[in-house]
Order: sequence, then C-alpha cells, then structure tokens
Amino acid sequence: MVEAKKIKEPLFHITKRAPMPIWKTILIRASAVLIAILLSSVIIILITGQNPFSIFASMFHGAFGDAATQNKAGVADTRRRLLQEMAILLSIALAVTPAFKMKFWNIGAQGQVLMGALLSAIVARDLGVSLETTDLGSAVNLILMLLAGAFGGALWAVIPAIFKAKWNTNETLFTLMMNYIVICLIGVVRKIWEPNNDSIIIANGHFPDLFGQKYVGILLFAIALTAFMFFYLKKSKHGYEISLVGESVNSAKYAGISVAKITIRTLIFSGAICGIVGAMLVGSIDHNISTTLDRGYGFTAILVSWLAKFNPLFMILTSFLVVFFLKGGAQLADDFGKYGVTNSFGDIIIGIIFFFIIGCEFFIAYSIKFHKKKKAGN
Amino acid sequence: MEKQIALQLKNICKYFPGKVIANKNVNLTLYKGEILSLLGENGSGKTTLMNMISGIYFPDEGQIFINGEEAVIRSPKDAYKYKIGMIHQHFKLVDVFTAAENIVLGVKGERYKLKEVNTRVREIAERYGFDIDPKKRIHEMSVSEKQTVEIIKVLYRGADILILDEPTAVLTPQEIEKLFAVLRKMREAGKSIIIITHKLNEVMEISDRVSILRKGEYIGTVETAKTNPKELTEMMVGKKTDLKIERVKTDFDKPLLEIRNLCVNSDEGSLAIDDASFYIRGGEILGIAGIAGCGQKELCEAIAGLRPIKSGLIMHKGENIIGLPPKKIIEKGVSMSFIPEDRLGMGLAPSFSITDNMMLKTYAEGKGPFVDRKSARERANALIKKLEIITPSSETPVRRLSGGNVQKVLVGREIEAGPNVIITAYPVRGLDINTSYVIYDILNEQKKKGTGILFIGEDLDVMLALCDKIMVICHGRIMGIVHAEKTTKEDLGLMMTGALNLTEEKKDKNYGIAKDSNLTEEEWKIEGEKQAEKEKTNG
Repeated sequence: MVEAKKIKEPLFHITKRAPMPIWKTILIRASAVLIAILLSSVIIILITGQNPFSIFASMFHGAFGDAATQNKAGVADTRRRLLQEMAILLSIALAVTPAFKMKFWNIGAQGQVLMGALLSAIVARDLGVSLETTDLGSAVNLILMLLAGAFGGALWAVIPAIFKAKWNTNETLFTLMMNYIVICLIGVVRKIWEPNNDSIIIANGHFPDLFGQKYVGILLFAIALTAFMFFYLKKSKHGYEISLVGESVNSAKYAGISVAKITIRTLIFSGAICGIVGAMLVGSIDHNISTTLDRGYGFTAILVSWLAKFNPLFMILTSFLVVFFLKGGAQLADDFGKYGVTNSFGDIIIGIIFFFIIGCEFFIAYSIKFHKKKKAGN
Repeated sequence: MEKQIALQLKNICKYFPGKVIANKNVNLTLYKGEILSLLGENGSGKTTLMNMISGIYFPDEGQIFINGEEAVIRSPKDAYKYKIGMIHQHFKLVDVFTAAENIVLGVKGERYKLKEVNTRVREIAERYGFDIDPKKRIHEMSVSEKQTVEIIKVLYRGADILILDEPTAVLTPQEIEKLFAVLRKMREAGKSIIIITHKLNEVMEISDRVSILRKGEYIGTVETAKTNPKELTEMMVGKKTDLKIERVKTDFDKPLLEIRNLCVNSDEGSLAIDDASFYIRGGEILGIAGIAGCGQKELCEAIAGLRPIKSGLIMHKGENIIGLPPKKIIEKGVSMSFIPEDRLGMGLAPSFSITDNMMLKTYAEGKGPFVDRKSARERANALIKKLEIITPSSETPVRRLSGGNVQKVLVGREIEAGPNVIITAYPVRGLDINTSYVIYDILNEQKKKGTGILFIGEDLDVMLALCDKIMVICHGRIMGIVHAEKTTKEDLGLMMTGALNLTEEKKDKNYGIAKDSNLTEEEWKIEGEKQAEKEKTNG
C-alpha cells in the first residue's frame, strides 16, 4: 500500500447559482463600480503621482464645463456638446438593439450610419441645388435626404440578414466587412467631388435649427426614439417575435414563426434607423461627409446597448456614462498633458470601470464553492 | 490471478440547481482489460457520471481512484493526464480539419509535425483494426468514420481508460460489428473500456460485466456471463409497482392521425425513424416507449411540421399535413409539447414570464400592432389557479419555476387551445407524485373529450396504467404496438432494447394500419404518389 499521499484538492469549483433578489444584484453592481474607482485611483497615484480627486474633477469639467476657467457661453457650449453626442450615441444604440435582442450580432452599425449619410449627402448635394429654389423644394429635399438615409442604412443591414436567413452565414463577420465597403465608397465619392482633396462642405440640405440650436433636432429624435423603442420591444407583436427568436429559435419555430422573415424585417428596421441618424449627421450637424462622420459610435453603441441589457430606458444612463468618460478623458489629456497623461489614460480608466461592470455579472450568475480542508484519512 | 483495478468510484454525488439529484452515492469499479457496460434508463445519470470521470463536471461529493490512488479531475486535460478519454455521443470535431489535424488538436507542438502524426495515426489504426485516412477532412466523412476519429484521438493521447457514450446509437449493424471487433482488440491490449448503451443484445455481446444505474442511484453490477436480458431489464426498470392511475373507458373514434411508412432523418443525417406506420384514434392514449435517442423526438417534430420528412405519409383526418408550415398544423388542432432534457428547449421561452409564454401561439391574434397582454395575464392567472401552479406571480419568468410547475404551464397552455391531437413527451419528467397525477387527470379529461393523445413517457409503470396502447420504438424501428392491459413490463423492456420484435412475427398483418382508415387503400395510393411527386420536385 502506498503511503497516504497529499491529495491536491482543488481550492474551489464554480457552479451556476439560483437567481438572486434584485437588491443583491444592485449591491454587487454598485460595489463593482466602487472597486473600479478605487482601483483607478490607485493606478492614477502610482503612474502620475497626481491626486485622484483632481483627475476626476478634470474629467467632470470635460463633460460639464468648468465655471472657473470658462465663460458662461463656454460652459453652455460644453454641455450642449455633451447632449448632442449623447443623442447621437443613444440613437445608434437604440437602432442596434432590436437586432441584438434577436441575438443577431450586428456590428455593422458604423457602415449603416455611413451608408445612410453617404446617400443623403449625395441627394443633398446633387438634387439639393435644383430643388432648393422654392420652400416646397427645400422641404422635399429634406424628406428625400431622410428617405435616402433610411434606404442606405436598411440596404446595408439587410444584405447580411438575407445571407444569414438563407444560408446561415456568420453575421458578425459579414456586417463588419460591410463597414469597410462604405468607407471605400465614401473615399471614392469624395474624390469625385473634390479631386484635389479639398475639404467638403455640403451647402444644401440643411435641416432647420430648432430653438436656435442645431443639436435639438437629433435630441428630440433620440427622445422620441427611446420612447418608441421601449414600447416597440416591450408591447408590440414585433417586439414579442424579436424576443422569442432571441430567446429560443426552437420555440419560435414551434410557435409557427418564420425566423428568416423576422430576421430580415428587424434588420431592415434597425439599419433604417442607423441610416436616418447618418442623414441627420449630414443634414443637421456636420454638413460634411467623411469616414469618421460616425465618430466611432457605430461600435461604441454596441457597448451602450449591452451595458443597458437592451433596455431602452437604461440606455439613456449608459450613453451618458460613455459620453461622460469620452469627454472627460479628452479633458484629462488637456489638463494633465504636461505630466505625461495622454488621451489613452482616460481610456485606461474607462476600461477599468467597464471591466468591473461587466465582470461582476459573473458573480451574479455563478457562485464559487470553496472546498473545506478534508480531515486526514478517509 | 487477481484482477487489477483501473478505476474506482466511491460514493459519487452530483446535484444540479433546483435540487435535482443527478447521481447519488454511486460506486463503480473498472478492472484493467475489461469492457464494462453502464446500463440505465433515460435520465438515470449515466452521462453525468461519465462526465465527472472525464473532467467535464466536478463531483459534489465522493472520490475517484485511478490505479489505486485518489485522483482529482478538474478538466478534460486532467483526465488525459490520468489516461482517461471519453468519446461523446455528439462528436466534438472541427469540420474543415483533416482527421489527423483533429486528432492532434490541443496537443502542444504536434500540429506542425503532421507527417509524423499521420504515421502514428496509421500505426494506431493498424494495431486495432480501424479504417482511416488521416488526410481526409471531417466534413467528407460518414458518421462511423467520424467516430473512428474520436476514438483514435483518445488513443493517440495515450488513454488507457476509454469511455464511449452510446457509440452504437448512430451506427448501422455492420458498423457496430466493426466497432465491437476494435473494442475487443483494445481489451486484449489491456485497455479498460466503459460503454454506455441501451441495447441489451449489445450489452450481452460485448461486455464482461454490467453496472446498472436507476434514477441516479447505483443498483448493482453483474457478470455478463451469469445474467440474462430479463434480469438486466428488471434491474434497470425496477419491480412493477402498482400505481393507482385511472384508465378512463371511452368509445374510440375513427383514426385522427394516420402515419404510414414514415422515414425521418436525424440531425446527423442518419435515419432516426425507419418506416413507421401507426395511427391514433380520438379518445385514445397511445404511449410511445423507447430509450432516449430512439427517434421519439424526431417523430414528434415530424408530425408537428418542425422537421422535414424523408418519405411516407402523415394524414390528419384524412388530409396530408406533410410540408405544411407549423402554424397551419397548429390551426388544424395538432398540438405538440415536447420536453427535452433541458425542459425549456422547445415550447417555452425560459426568460419569458408565464403570461408571455401563454401567448406563444396566440400573440398575433387581435387587431393592432400591440400584443394583448391583459387577456394573456387573465388566462395565466386562471391556469395558475386551476392547476395550482406555485409561482410568485404570473409575471415570473418560467425558468425560475420548479420543473413541475413548468410542465403545468406547458401542458395547461396546450390544452387550453382545444386541440384534437396532443403530442406530449415526458410531461411528468422530474415531477413529484401529486403533480404527476394532476397531469394524468388533465390528459384523461382530454381523452374523454375525444382528443387523441400521443404520450411519450419513460416510466413503464405509468404507461401501463395510463395508456390504452403502447408502441415501442428501438433504434428508429417500431418493435410492436401492444394493448397496455395485455402486455408486461418485461416484454416492453425487451422490445425497447431490441431483444424482442413483434412486427417480425406478424409481418402479414399489415402492422400499424387501421382497418377503418379515413381513406380507402386506393386513396392512400394516390396520396402516396402525390407526396412522392412533391418530394421529387423539391429535390
């Protein structure tokens, strides 16, 4: 008989846990954010030697303006920009949500926004000149721009949807690749318009300012879309179908639902909204067409949608959070540039915070069972 | 000479969330150079147990000894370290890779020495008598070739203990013979093999000893040479217990659903249902008995229009329903509730509330773009009251309910729609006695109303008490359709494992064909031709 050997008992094993009460999940999420902030503070001190409070204050000023260094108009302008960027990001996040709820991993929002923007820019520039001689013509031009935008976005989303529905292709790769096609198309169009690479300004097809501000249009759009999407997903028959397909394709088929039809219909809808956002970027905010028109929000929107667990109302909060960090991070680089803090430093802090927010979901779904030390012998 | 113990399990327990006991105090001994069969009904915990040996699950209690020393197996990698390899029922292979590439997948460094790998694979194949081309890609292979790759993969990593989870389920008889020859050679080479199978003739043919599990518990081990199928069946299904389930007397109506010469493919492309003919009358409960994977699932899905059929006819009240979309079949009054192993796979949406699940098939009714959640909630609350469903509210996601209450929601919803044919699979799986009786009462009530019921069950005692007739399927083939009052549990057990085939004895009697069919033979012929024409045009 071999001598009693030391047995390497694993320290713990992981099991799925039964659902926990809501207050507990909130507690876990809140402590995750707290730990994240503490950890980032430690890192701030270690790397920059700065007081973490001044770092966070700087970020705060970047998002909301700083009355100490800016005049009144400056503060108002900073806050206006915060709202504008939030509205754009929120709209795109809402647009991608129906597809995500269906577990259709559409990461082509960038392409869909840009395609919508490109088509509406073409309408504005090439049709706008002749249409905008009368008031009616101007209105028609604007409507055509929105339609062109919706069409472009829908087209760019429905192609991968059809391939997915008919041949079960991978939508993630497909939608991603579609992004690059638009980027190239925009390059081509820009070259045609300005062969010498001069800056492009689209003089026609400007949406009217509301309340004297150009951002109010997209803000109202975002608010209306949030309300609409909330009811669409929660209360409508379409929303029911979308959830069911996402929940269980088998159960959907069992209920007599055509999964292909729902996939295609939802992606047309989702892409069309992206396209309309693109048209508004061209017509009301930037009056330009470029490959960076979407500000990278096509991808950031995915984060916003996920963090909110696909709930449109929570997306107001998460889009705010993301824009806050984006703006704050930029300010950080301005204020602390001389200490070697660059824009990426803000990204590091954002990364830490999101890592904790997402990571804590693990502890909500699973529990870790530690093994008790066994007594000697068996 | 005393036999050496290769693997020993002591008091292994495994629990799953929701107080499900998968294994309780299981003891098992495997000697060097032997083939041990692991026998048990559906859900008796065989696969869970094997998964613990191969490192997929970790036991909650108990110990595993390998070659006399206690072992801790945390991952499949650990299992390989202890020279344990498992061949799963569902192959885990990369389709676009070659056999050799799959075999060395995950083995450090060897991915780049494919030439040597090919030679070694050929050596292993020669030694045990496999046929394999190491350079062939998986997607070009037949099911049996894929299985060969899985076995070699395990041998290549030096496994001395091999676990095969229902290896014969997907093979033809000739392929099974070949596999057995290979297994015998491995035994001669000193390997220890555990084989999970439901087919008693195979157990008798291949194994040295048989261990039996029932409902997660270890029943015993017998030497194959000293036992017989009858004894094994008894150990597997247990002694007949007298259940007080009422069998309601009804006047049987004309056949509601008639099925002739039905062939259906499985997901893997093998034949899941092979030439099945049977019928269900109104006011009748027809039980279907069979081991898991015998083709019940595919049969249900084919009838409900969820799975394309290969050939044959499905007539509902004399009307062909093959090729109709599921929605049309639902409208005709054919309802299916299938509870797969994970319970929530088909028929319910797990994170939906009871209310939302109530309107799964009816959500599109009513005007306007919005769903009518109000009436669904009323129906949900009525159901909760009627069937005594235990839930915090009608808005609780069904995955939070206990198994019994999930079943009540599913069965209750199906019956509420007033179907004329109910197909229900494992409606009492995991339920306590009282809840089970509620479900039986519901089914009997429907039977009285003249509904035809196809009842796929696992507990033979229940089926004998509840059903009017019982059809037994083994490996996709109908073994017999018997009157529940005139048959015995042993006969059913033998048929389930393929040891008894009643259809062969009565070949001339047109097995499974109703004398008072809704159609004349002439009409059947015409329908058959029409269907064949359709299949042709569909490619």
